Amino acid sequence: MQGRNRFPAGLVLESHKQFPLDLPIVELPAPPCVVLALDQGSGREAEPVVANGDRVAFGSTVARPGAAGSAALHATISGRVVAIETREAATPSGHSTCIVIESDGEDRRDPALRTHPDYPSLDPDQLVVALRAAGIVGLGGAAFPTATKLEAARARGARKLVLNGAECEPWICCDDALLREQAADVLLGAHVLMQALAADSCVVAIEDDKPHAIEAMRASVAAAGATGITVQVLPAIYPQGAERQLVTAVTGDEVPSRGWPAEVGVTCQNVATAAAIARWVLTGEPCLTRVVTVTGSGVARPCNVRARIGTPLAALVEAAGGYRDTPLQLIAGGNMTGRALPSDGIGLAKAMNCVLVATRADLEPRISAFERPCIRCGDCATVCPAGLLPQQLHRAARADDESGLRGLGIWDCIDCGLCDYVCPSQIPLAYRFRSAQSVLREREAAARKATAARERHERRGRRLEQAALAEQHAFDAARRRALGNDTAARPDAPDGTS
Amino acid sequence: MRFDTAPAPHVIGGYSVPRVMFPVLLALVPAGMVHVALFGPGLLLQVAVASVTALACEAAALRWRKRDAGVALRDGSVLVTAFLLAFAVTPLLPWWLNVFGTAAAVLLGKHVFGGLGQNPFNPAMVGYAILLVAFPVEMTRWPVPLDADSAHSWADLARLTVLYFYGGDASGGWDGYTGATTLDSIRNGLDLRYTLPEMLERDDLVGPLGARGFAWINLAALVGGAYLLWRRIVRWHIPVAVLAGLMVPAMVASWLDPGAHLGGLFQAFAGATMLGAFFIATDPVSAATSDRGRLWYGAGIGLITWVIRTWGGYPDGIAFAVLLMNVAVPLIDRYTVPRIYGHPRD
Repeated sequence: MQGRNRFPAGLVLESHKQFPLDLPIVELPAPPCVVLALDQGSGREAEPVVANGDRVAFGSTVARPGAAGSAALHATISGRVVAIETREAATPSGHSTCIVIESDGEDRRDPALRTHPDYPSLDPDQLVVALRAAGIVGLGGAAFPTATKLEAARARGARKLVLNGAECEPWICCDDALLREQAADVLLGAHVLMQALAADSCVVAIEDDKPHAIEAMRASVAAAGATGITVQVLPAIYPQGAERQLVTAVTGDEVPSRGWPAEVGVTCQNVATAAAIARWVLTGEPCLTRVVTVTGSGVARPCNVRARIGTPLAALVEAAGGYRDTPLQLIAGGNMTGRALPSDGIGLAKAMNCVLVATRADLEPRISAFERPCIRCGDCATVCPAGLLPQQLHRAARADDESGLRGLGIWDCIDCGLCDYVCPSQIPLAYRFRSAQSVLREREAAARKATAARERHERRGRRLEQAALAEQHAFDAARRRALGNDTAARPDAPDGTS
Repeated sequence: MRFDTAPAPHVIGGYSVPRVMFPVLLALVPAGMVHVALFGPGLLLQVAVASVTALACEAAALRWRKRDAGVALRDGSVLVTAFLLAFAVTPLLPWWLNVFGTAAAVLLGKHVFGGLGQNPFNPAMVGYAILLVAFPVEMTRWPVPLDADSAHSWADLARLTVLYFYGGDASGGWDGYTGATTLDSIRNGLDLRYTLPEMLERDDLVGPLGARGFAWINLAALVGGAYLLWRRIVRWHIPVAVLAGLMVPAMVASWLDPGAHLGGLFQAFAGATMLGAFFIATDPVSAATSDRGRLWYGAGIGLITWVIRTWGGYPDGIAFAVLLMNVAVPLIDRYTVPRIYGHPRD
């Protein structure tokens, strides 16, 4: 089943991708210190399994999956844990507990790491367990655990794998570089994923502004004589790489609201995730490194870097020739959905596909935007890939109209930022919608808590009542027994008087 | 190194309200030129008075409301209101009526509701409707267009315009220079039991393209409208729906009873049709907001215009049609929310 190659709405944006692609991927050496955030970008923290002062080796597990959505984390240098503390991080809250490791300079490899040439002999369940232990997460930006996604897909019988190489957001080109240089790895990762899913087909979706990547991927598929794996070229339109939009572009089906792509028989994985899996097969390394674009007008030599997770971003910028001009913002991700970070001491996270060092020129005219009232022009609705009416959502959000927000689909917003992009009144719509979502989420949580408390109270009341009743019954029975015995024994008992 | 933070997205397209409003003014230029050529320089006076009044009222209202006046004045929206009102009224309107209408448009049409973006009604049409209801004689006195009567000269019209502009008495010697518009004359003629073909043969009312004077202005407004479509300031839904809502019933009626009903094309190029379809009904603030809603909204305006022109007490119906459909906008918006991605199709 081939899709229409197109999702609804969206917009062609200026790409800013050419400079880093002039250079090959730069391998960054082990840094003297890494900062590993327990929340690598998925919003949930893993549980540390090391303590302050512990010695760790390259590849040692330092945290295991905790709350749903978190993934195992490994030491990316050998050395000693010097701190486990809350630090600034690239997370929604701006903070995460971090494990800080200082290098011993030896870069000792954990002896337990072993390659997995035998992966074809593993059954899907074993593969999922292994990928979970290896801390493999979606490297496209969500950092959602791949194992969890595979389980969800298998539970729903999804048999089609889509490898996301769309990379639609401006500035980001790490997947492009990866596909150009390591298409064979992506292909190997695709085979592993297909096996874990028992999938019958795989589509590698790449936007048409990456001809070299398309060529490399096609050549790799042809050279391997891989069956069931095809390369699908999509027009370059933002936000093609958003999971739901990509599923629609590739298959023509829509992912149900608040549902999984697996419900339409598809599961999506990023090409970089596939390459990380290939690395796990070939070298035994869990998810320890990633390719990241270091770019923006604020760096001297924009490039793609393969760096260890936890490497302070300052070291990445150094690899790109250092700062230039007057950098105003350090953005993890692209300029549409990226998160502006307060400091370059934050460690590289698995979710970071790009470090954008933005000068004023990169941020104009947003940085000097002037908000005017909404004139209901509806330009936002024409570009919204979720088919929402942002102008009406904005009105509902201003009025704090909960049912209006829900009815107009606040939960279907994918936070792509296109409504902001086209708004003539320069309203920060995406930010407003995120805020409205978090307010609703808090209220839902508070309501759930209140309901739980009320139910608990009612249950306790019933329990006490029952206990009292039971006690009463027991007492009555005992009394009846006692009285019965007594009446038989004593002639002056109440029944026997008068 | 420390950095500033800001919420995503970090880039925007650089569109702005002034960049929406000023092309609208530009798009009115062709219609304005034709207007001045056929009806004399009155339009220029009306535009000048309306613009000054509108800016003054906006500034005053913002001051009262303790808002930054400079920013709002520069957004161009109040000038669009002024221009549309100036185009809608007769070029012979005395200046104080223009001031009254414009002040009503800006203050009652816009600022009592909270200014830009908050007005449920099209401000220009609020001003126009108040003027038409309060001063029907002054509002329906139009110059006879120059393409209807070659005996008059543009210079004569200019003198007449200035005379009326200052409220002078122009009854003596200027009889043949003013009159009802074509749509008005045809309506009155039909009331007097003339048949439509008789009326359409009158050279002073009907020219090669349709209504004398107005047909050419409509053509120029269509050109301006095409420019707005091309610049994507206006999208096609409302103009197309207005024209369809007006022309389809007109065509059907004139096919059924050609003696009593004007045809669709005549209607499309008469009165304020094109101005209404491309410039007035498309005011986004007071229009329905989804594509489907805009089709209903526009079609409603077209249909009500046709009904008023055919059976109503006013020669043209655009203003009242727009105001009536403004009332219906919340209802339309409620029932035309498009299907959201991933939600079931009905």
